[in-house]
Amino acid sequence: MAILVGKDTKVIVQGITGSQGSYHTQLMLEYGTKIVAGSTPGRGGTQTYGIPVFDTIREALSQFDANASIIFVPAPFARDAALEAITAGLNPVVVITEGIPVKDEIQIMEVAKLKGTTVIGPNTPGIITPGECKLGIMPAHIFKQGNVGLVSRSGTLTYEIAASLTVAGLGQSTCLGIGGDPVVGLSFVDVLEFFRMDPETEAVAMIGEIGGNAEEMAAEYIKTTNYPKPIAAYVAGRAAPPGKRMGHAGAIIMGNSGTAETKIEALRSAGVRIALKPSEIARLLKPK
Amino acid sequence: MPKGLVASTAQEAKEAFLKLNQPCMIKAQVLVAGRGKAGGIKPASSSEEAAQVTESLLSITIKGERTAKVLVEQRLASKRELYISIVVDRSSKCFTLLCSSEGGGEIEQVAATNPEKITRHKIDPLIGLQEFESRFVAKKLGYSGKQMNQLSSIIMKLNQIVLDYDAELIESNPLIETQNGDLIAADLRILLDDNSLFRHPEFLERMKTFEPDMTPLEVTAREKGLAYVELDGEVGIIGNGAGLVMATLDMILDSKGRPANFCDVGGGANEERIGSALEIVLANPRVKVLLINIMGGITRCDDVARAILDIQKKMGISKPMVIRLVGTNEEEGRNILAAAQIPSLNSMEEAAARAVGLVSQVK
Repeated sequence: MAILVGKDTKVIVQGITGSQGSYHTQLMLEYGTKIVAGSTPGRGGTQTYGIPVFDTIREALSQFDANASIIFVPAPFARDAALEAITAGLNPVVVITEGIPVKDEIQIMEVAKLKGTTVIGPNTPGIITPGECKLGIMPAHIFKQGNVGLVSRSGTLTYEIAASLTVAGLGQSTCLGIGGDPVVGLSFVDVLEFFRMDPETEAVAMIGEIGGNAEEMAAEYIKTTNYPKPIAAYVAGRAAPPGKRMGHAGAIIMGNSGTAETKIEALRSAGVRIALKPSEIARLLKPK
Repeated sequence: MPKGLVASTAQEAKEAFLKLNQPCMIKAQVLVAGRGKAGGIKPASSSEEAAQVTESLLSITIKGERTAKVLVEQRLASKRELYISIVVDRSSKCFTLLCSSEGGGEIEQVAATNPEKITRHKIDPLIGLQEFESRFVAKKLGYSGKQMNQLSSIIMKLNQIVLDYDAELIESNPLIETQNGDLIAADLRILLDDNSLFRHPEFLERMKTFEPDMTPLEVTAREKGLAYVELDGEVGIIGNGAGLVMATLDMILDSKGRPANFCDVGGGANEERIGSALEIVLANPRVKVLLINIMGGITRCDDVARAILDIQKKMGISKPMVIRLVGTNEEEGRNILAAAQIPSLNSMEEAAARAVGLVSQVK
């Protein structure tokens, strides 16, 4: 196992009967992810791609052993679904849903903290440990087993950079998106710490973007831990104007804070190798 | 709150002044912060002056926003200006109450140079803000007795607004202490959380009647569910995924070009979404060249290629296009485009450089 998910991850898909939920259940099953059950309130007793569907997670857990959840339910119901997974003891909980109110996200994260649950997302493509487990919506074929850990705030940019790493012969230990919302579960710092402890991760690719200060906090952490593995980072949004949300709810420059420049400078001064183009990440991490 | 009346003409402002019958402040009603410093708040001591000031405010733009209305408000003699806000604290994952006894237009300066003059109080997400906490904060700002209770009650009301309306920010700046010691929220700014609008259909209705801080194309894009931000360059950009599109904009900048917009069609983009995106981006008269950047994941490149051709036929696109298409089924996608004499590239950097190069060739 690289980090967080691997061969032993047994998954419940929440919102399994919806169009996104059922489509990605099929793709995850094809990849070899061990999905044991699904849930959709009101659809208990049915099946989706041969996976039994329950009304509640408690019922699912009374018949099946599971340790992780992935959530596809629409934003108005996502808070309830996440709290159901967390209080049932599933860990990690991956929240794919986009558009969840920030007030709901704050409550989800507080309960997760009290229960010791790792939440990935919301508004994330999910997490993949190549060759072992895909808990997300990413296209599987661009990833390859290897030793680069990848952590990102963006979806397609993750695919862009993962694909270029794979082409360059650099496989990945685990790749995950922390999510594009202002309030998310795992932070860059948390993931960097997981990668630091993981023997299979030898180098880290980090993809940031404008808004908030998650990259600056990562830089601080990298400095204070004298981070033992090489890190290359790309930060998107140098051309973004202040005060406008760039697609992601969290990608907004407020006043002078959260600009790409300050993030790049903070990471550079912490010793991180800075890529000015996504394609440079692979070159910066290639062993000489 | 101070007494005040809204006016949309100089005549209305004059009448408002006569109704209030005391020295007033005329405040431009615009959806931007920092309007005081930008010249959007002016005093008036007579009804004639109120009319004059209103006339001038209605004729200017403040930070790019036209002033459609002003607020004629009683002028309060303040002894002290405070700052109070409740905001989402991203790194602490909670709401935080921020207070300072040095409110007014320079609060950002205070935050930068004297951060110790701003008191931060994290609000427990499960327990919520309690009255004793608001009293503690009022105490920290130097108030006791009746004044402490007054301020505490204002803070609790601000918190209630955050809860009731799903705000991501509420800010009173200044909250003033008048000469006779009363505490009054002289100004209030609220930012609602767009993601919570499904719980507030009343705001969705009101948004339609508002003159929003958006260009007409941005409004159309929002109605179609596309993330679109208009910029002032010449290269129109469409891509899938917020991060990828931001990176594309950066590449344009690095190639010494200027992006005309940000437009994210999102994951799993279908023909309809790509069509809407093309319509909106090309409707911007500044766009000289179009750059489409698709990283096919779940989205298949051959589907995207077919969509582009269909739309090109329907819309008769005459502006030059540069297409970068990689990922799932990219070869099929490229072949489809090549058969229609539309070149496609596989490198983002090359595509950006090509698009910028074409700008100078377009009249």
